[in-house]
Amino acid sequence: MSDFFIRMLCISYNFIHYVKPSLELPGLFSVVRMRIASSADSSSNNSRSQMIMADSGSSDEVAVICNTDITSTESENNLINTMVERGTALLKKMEISVAEADKRTGKNTVNMQETYTVYLIETRPAESVSEEGTPAAPDTLWRRYSEFELLRTYLLVTYPYIIVPPLPEKRAEFVWHKLSADNLDPDFVERRRVGLENFLLRLASHPVLSNDNIFFLFLTEEKGWREAVLETGFQDKADSRLKSLSAMFRVKNPDKRFTALKHYSEDLSTVISQLLRIRARVADRLYGVYKVHANYGRVFSEWSAIEKEMGDGLQSAGHHMDTYAASIDDILEEEEHYADQLKEYLFYTEAVRSVCRKHELIQYELEMAAQDLSYKKQQKEELETGTVRIFSLKGMTSKLFGQETQEQRESKVAALEQSIQEGEDALKEKNAESQEFVEKAWNDIERFNEQKEKDLREALISYAIMQISMCKKGIQVWSNAKECFNKM
Amino acid sequence: YIHKQSDLNERTCVEPNTSLADGNPMPNSPDSMVNQFRLDEENEEEQQGAINKDIFVTVDNPESHISAIETFITYRVVTRTTCSEFDSSEYEVRRRYQDFLWLKSRLEENYPTLIIHPLPEKFVMKSMVERFNDDFIETRRKALHRFLNRIADHPILSCSHHFKVFLTEEELAPHRKLGPGFLSRMSETMRAMANSVRGLRSKLEEFAVMQEYVDDFSNKMCSVDKVTNRIIKEHREYMDELKQYGPTYFQWAESEELLAEPLKGVGSCVERCSKETEEQIQHLSEVLVPTLHEYVLCADTLKAVMRRRDNIQAEFEAKNEALASRTTDKEMVDDLADRVEQANNALRGDWSRWRTSMRADLKSAFISTAAKNVDYYEKVSLTYCPSSLYAVCLQTSRTLASWFFRAALLPHRC
Repeated sequence: MSDFFIRMLCISYNFIHYVKPSLELPGLFSVVRMRIASSADSSSNNSRSQMIMADSGSSDEVAVICNTDITSTESENNLINTMVERGTALLKKMEISVAEADKRTGKNTVNMQETYTVYLIETRPAESVSEEGTPAAPDTLWRRYSEFELLRTYLLVTYPYIIVPPLPEKRAEFVWHKLSADNLDPDFVERRRVGLENFLLRLASHPVLSNDNIFFLFLTEEKGWREAVLETGFQDKADSRLKSLSAMFRVKNPDKRFTALKHYSEDLSTVISQLLRIRARVADRLYGVYKVHANYGRVFSEWSAIEKEMGDGLQSAGHHMDTYAASIDDILEEEEHYADQLKEYLFYTEAVRSVCRKHELIQYELEMAAQDLSYKKQQKEELETGTVRIFSLKGMTSKLFGQETQEQRESKVAALEQSIQEGEDALKEKNAESQEFVEKAWNDIERFNEQKEKDLREALISYAIMQISMCKKGIQVWSNAKECFNKM
Repeated sequence: YIHKQSDLNERTCVEPNTSLADGNPMPNSPDSMVNQFRLDEENEEEQQGAINKDIFVTVDNPESHISAIETFITYRVVTRTTCSEFDSSEYEVRRRYQDFLWLKSRLEENYPTLIIHPLPEKFVMKSMVERFNDDFIETRRKALHRFLNRIADHPILSCSHHFKVFLTEEELAPHRKLGPGFLSRMSETMRAMANSVRGLRSKLEEFAVMQEYVDDFSNKMCSVDKVTNRIIKEHREYMDELKQYGPTYFQWAESEELLAEPLKGVGSCVERCSKETEEQIQHLSEVLVPTLHEYVLCADTLKAVMRRRDNIQAEFEAKNEALASRTTDKEMVDDLADRVEQANNALRGDWSRWRTSMRADLKSAFISTAAKNVDYYEKVSLTYCPSSLYAVCLQTSRTLASWFFRAALLPHRC
């Protein structure tokens, strides 16, 4: 823990001198795990943990108390701004991780052999320590990517007002030449493993989603989970919701806030895509610069063989050139974490847009219900007063071919009244639904915005730290090379 | 370590290496060179032969001359000297590239086995550079400056009559017509060709070793030159991408509120990085590339020197054989024998001199490059440094920021 803290402080250039050359920056994802571990440990002087004991099992959010007098443990905890800052009941109960990935072969839906990857989900009760002081063995189960997708689809349908965390990409995108676009490539699998763990932790730390039973079963029941999901009948809702995403309808009075949010998420999506694309190209070029220096290593070595006084200096300088060329691999691998953090928010924009569209659908349905009701009311009024304000074929025919009887009219009015009553009930329902949706959605949107600000700011800071670390390595190598040249 | 032209005259710290290929911009005048030299005298290293240095030359002020027949560039050559061989202590003449070629060929003729620093190449039509492009002219000017100064530094070459004429005579044209004519040069070349067909009887071990070294050295220089050019190319492509990368952050910042600050921060860091890369490229092009290039040409010079030495020996051997069949006389053979001896000695002496200055030049160029790279990384790391980040940390977490203060880690630079 303190290791990471020191690294964060190494934003200061002067302080850099004391940093170990290999600055492995824990990504946001692994930070979360550490964070969970620490919140399990520091039960003594952490005020939050007192609330844990009091509220175990409740689903209330626990507010973070920003103390002014800060103990070192507390400041460490506050330092790491992660989604776990608001502890959920689920996270208080268990630790979750995606520990491994493995290959399986089996028959797929069209009865053909295929190779796919499975991921090991580990859960263990929080604060679990066995007699020897080591953590207890975790419960485990294996899941493949398509099951994660199923879980997410279920959540999207069941909680349409929630910005559901995205899954890591299915296929590698924004790839620079060294990276593989192959789904079975071990590096890709590893990054996906990290992404899936992040996904689960995002869910587990969400105030609403963490309480979902299907999610809980996903983590705990290997067999029978699929059936349980299907039993919820979410597919039906899915079908009707699907039309919200593809249908072309126009809302008369769109909610300005949602419109603004939709535009923002579109802008964000565009700009992050562009950023990722160019970053990949920059990475490619930087790779080229570093690798070319390996040629210096080779040539200096050959050249040193024919020189007497210059030989040693050249030879050792050549070695440093090789070191320099090799160093880019680690540097760029670390930068992939940064790209992954950006990608997560790129995919998040899709979720945001989907919430906006669902709201549009609800708004539209509301408007339709209101329109429908007012039409019926007008019809009733017409029938009662005998005036024809609304053009209808029936009205025309009755005008042409004679009025209806009093009886007929009365029965019609009665039917309309019923219809109107139903319409009013429907409208009330829709209104309530809409208001509930809007309230819950904005709740989650605000939560999301806060999370986004923190995460992206951290990502940018860590990017800067990475750059400084890269420079530090460069300074070291070229200073050494300069020393060798001096000895020529 | 970026010197400005104006700084040189008031320079207080001096690089111990007096090699002119160390990448420092040319001094303004021979006067400042004299001053620099006097300061350098305090330092010990590599002053061999230069202690007697009394000719200081600068090449500057290129001007184009347009006549009916042709357009060409002349350079001003200013000499300041205390050498008694010279009538005056200061001279100023204008010379064109052809004049330098003349001087070089005269020197090669008179001192066939001395190693003369290469001239910049003739203009090649097919190359991308225009003949009157400013960069081309400047690169050439610097190389011409180095050429003359190497001769001025040379204990033997600096006493050459042709060198003196070159530096002092207003009009070079009349002198160019004197001296061995075209025909005599032709015959010498023919003789050399004939001799080389015969081959040498025996070659001294030391020259065989030298030959091998020269061939290897030539290969290595070409390789290093190629690699360096590739590095520049990669740097350029990297810089081009960076130029697109930075603006994306600024574009993103436009649609953000709280995130705008850190985004703009990173964006401006990337921009700074791109500027520094540009400077890095410039430094490589001005320091390492010309030096390597000159030593690629040097390798060719060395090959020519070895060939000339071989020819002298071959000529002697041919005449020596003819002695047996009495088609020639002993006196001539003795002369040729002396000539061989002279040539070999001259080469031996100059060889170690050349090795020393080669080592100094390349060492200095590589050190300068490494230093520039260190400088580059220091600057880039500084831009990513706290002051912008500190503000961001402050927003992220008061506790993080307060820890900053408490640990008193704010560097004084920021």
